Amino acid sequence: MARAVTRNARIGWTIAAWAVALLIFFPILYTIITSLKSEQEAIAGFDLIPSFTLESYQTVQSQNNYWRPFMNSVILSVGSTLLALVVAIPAAWAMAFSPTKRTKDILMWMLSTKMMPAVAVLVPIYLIFLRTGLMDTRIGLTILLMLINLPIVVWMLYTYFREIPGEILEAARMDGASLRDEILYVLTPMAIPGIASTLLLNIILAWNEAFWTIQLTTTKAAPLSAFIASFSSPQGLFWAKLSAASVMAIAPILVLGWFSQKQLVRGLTFGAVK
Amino acid sequence: MGQITLQGVAKRFGEVEVIPPLDLTIEDGEFVVFVGPSGCGKSTLLRLIAGLEDVSGGRILIDGKDATDASPAKRGLAMVFQSYALYPHMSVRKNIAFPMKMAGMPKPEQDRRIEAAAKALNLTSYLDRRPGQLSGGQRQRVAIGRAIVREPSAFLFDEPLSNLDAALRVGMRLEISELHNRLKTTMIYVTHDQVEAMTMADKIVVLQAGRIEQVGSPLDLYHAPKNVFVAGFIGSPRMNLFTGAVAADYGAQTIGVRPEHIRISATTGKWQGRVGVSEHLGSDSFFYVEGTGLAETVTVRSGGEVGLRHGDTVWLTPDEGKIHKFDTNGDRI
Amino acid sequence: MATRQTQGLARLMRAPAIILLFVWMIVPLCMTLYYSFLNYNMLNPGMTSWAGWFNYQYFYTDPAFLESIRNTLVLVLGVLFITVVGGTFIAMLIDKPIWGQGIVRILVISPFFVMPPVAALIWKNMIMHPSYGVLADVARFFGVQPVDWFAQYPLTSIILIVAWQWLPFATLILLTSLQSLDTEQMEAAEMDGAPAYSRFFYLVLPHMARAITVVILIQTIFLLGIYAEILVTTNGGPGTASTNLTFLIYRAARLNFDIGGAAAGGIIAVILANLVAIFLMRAVGRNLD
Repeated sequence: MARAVTRNARIGWTIAAWAVALLIFFPILYTIITSLKSEQEAIAGFDLIPSFTLESYQTVQSQNNYWRPFMNSVILSVGSTLLALVVAIPAAWAMAFSPTKRTKDILMWMLSTKMMPAVAVLVPIYLIFLRTGLMDTRIGLTILLMLINLPIVVWMLYTYFREIPGEILEAARMDGASLRDEILYVLTPMAIPGIASTLLLNIILAWNEAFWTIQLTTTKAAPLSAFIASFSSPQGLFWAKLSAASVMAIAPILVLGWFSQKQLVRGLTFGAVK
Repeated sequence: MGQITLQGVAKRFGEVEVIPPLDLTIEDGEFVVFVGPSGCGKSTLLRLIAGLEDVSGGRILIDGKDATDASPAKRGLAMVFQSYALYPHMSVRKNIAFPMKMAGMPKPEQDRRIEAAAKALNLTSYLDRRPGQLSGGQRQRVAIGRAIVREPSAFLFDEPLSNLDAALRVGMRLEISELHNRLKTTMIYVTHDQVEAMTMADKIVVLQAGRIEQVGSPLDLYHAPKNVFVAGFIGSPRMNLFTGAVAADYGAQTIGVRPEHIRISATTGKWQGRVGVSEHLGSDSFFYVEGTGLAETVTVRSGGEVGLRHGDTVWLTPDEGKIHKFDTNGDRI
Repeated sequence: MATRQTQGLARLMRAPAIILLFVWMIVPLCMTLYYSFLNYNMLNPGMTSWAGWFNYQYFYTDPAFLESIRNTLVLVLGVLFITVVGGTFIAMLIDKPIWGQGIVRILVISPFFVMPPVAALIWKNMIMHPSYGVLADVARFFGVQPVDWFAQYPLTSIILIVAWQWLPFATLILLTSLQSLDTEQMEAAEMDGAPAYSRFFYLVLPHMARAITVVILIQTIFLLGIYAEILVTTNGGPGTASTNLTFLIYRAARLNFDIGGAAAGGIIAVILANLVAIFLMRAVGRNLD
């Protein structure tokens, strides 16, 4: 509200908001702090000031073969998202600029595939992966994650494309542009912000996916989500090292997430809330 | 060259017939305005001519050649859109250059035309800005600039002034008229504003529900409206339309008298009434006279200042020679 | 702009996405349906036979099934309650004219970007661990016996973790909705003499009703499938105290190798999810035009 608010009220609200925000952020903050402690410090009781040692990070990287799952995460999330974009951009383009009577039904149906619980198709997918040798391969998981996120990608692109005024494309047509010119010189440059945020959000979703990645990988193709889940058993890491591994698993996506917070609402609500 | 002929052109969206088959010829160099209330099909008709919609029937000839199935790019027409439809990611220069680039015109020729257009439209100092950094009037000029550099056989304008404020609108209206005088190219202009139609057109096409009600020069339409619809639509303020006994006296179902053709007097006249709201513009005064028994209010226009106030009893006298008579079908008698 | 040329091309461009999703939807689902009527155990693949409704009966009469349904509902409703109520208040707090609003926003939404296994591990070890967790430290500070969260309150602990992950989502969406509230409308109400609580109940809440509905429905879809958080923390236990339907089916398929039983459970999960989906589709569909 663009209104004058008394200074005291503002101070009060600020303190309250910061207190709540810090409380919510605390588990992440404390994990970051712990990752900078030595193992002895980590279990020595509550302490917000670490000794800022990086030894846990070094240990995790050298002992636990951290880079393999990290690279798997990068390949799976980026690969599946790019693959989804390749299929979804033409589809969303067609539905946004050349809608038919059934376009709305098709979009709703695409959304409905997202409603199917993963566990319902666990058995067939698991068996298909076993029999076709896709188990624990990057290519298998990339395709699977692509299919899972395809409806969201189509929807997000569709809502972005719809915001490009049809008149501008018509103007291009009147100006003598062929369909190829129209897509190349007018539509694509205008759609780039929308495509970029779709890309970003879906990388985040694919990176954090933790059902199929755990079910369908063992070691070779396991991304960070599966790698971290394996520490649930006690023979895993100690506190500081576990924290270091956690921080490394979430840091890249946390930063991406901060950049894409506006698109997040739109993408995850299928445009129902803007 | 830019003669456009529509032969039996019709448009249906599914079951709905938006434009029943119609014929129309637009001569080379003419400034034609399509005018009508919103939803009358005037924009659709323009889009059919542009090739942005397929016709459901009939033929479109441009300079005598059949262009019915030609793509928009092939028709040699340029269009200025209501929203201007500038490319937001391109500078003004690139926006204006776009149609020439698409046509594969050599670069020096492009630059020459851009400079000429920018000079004519007062855009020279804005050429390197993006559309987002321009005012509404400047954007409008860029859209026009993009249209003229192609040297099209006809310009199509789709309500180009409706997004501008009142003062700018008058200015742009003059500029477009000026442009037409200079280029002498065919222009088709769509608007719902009958003042724009009256001031700019060589020929006005009045449309209602997809049908052409009347085609004619502005003064034809003013002096001899073909039917009640055109009579009520053209002219500001609107023509007074009376039915009943007073119309029967003239042997008509409906009669119409324009506000400027009624004399108002405090002492004597044909119809008695009472002054309701009055508007004084200095040059003119408008009175909305109530209680005449003819219609709820009768609008009267009077030159200069008249010493009448709210509630005064007045007498109205129509200029008998300028009464329009219409039959039961609403057609002019 | 719909001309004949563009329409033919559009059909061609839509096709790959539609075909891919159609295959993805229909093939595995039919296979699940088929398996659900088979006696099929991975340990004994030679003994596969037609089972009729046996798998469904077996699943339905298993006491773990009823408990898993109950746990699923408690989990979903508990998380929804915390996130919607908490999200509304936090959204209103952030919407106030505060200093550092951008940073507060970033801090609040951060948990959403933490992948489920990491979130679960952080809470399990850093926060809720009975000897080294922060909550244990706090308890000791007050001289109270620390709680062994996952042994004593397994489902509640999981609800807390999941609520922490989804609170940002609810907050962000409710905040977006709140910011689209017409300030003139609020000022008009203030001029009309409506006190703050009336403005909240008669203007703010109705305005947010749509966003709240969307939050509830979308979260429900995801919450029905909670898996990694359980796997990492309690592994469904003690006993089946924190096993939801997803986890039960996972156990049948992957630990007991009971393909038929897991498939029957999967079909039940589909039915459950569809009940929610119907409402969601209506809410979203209205916004399409």
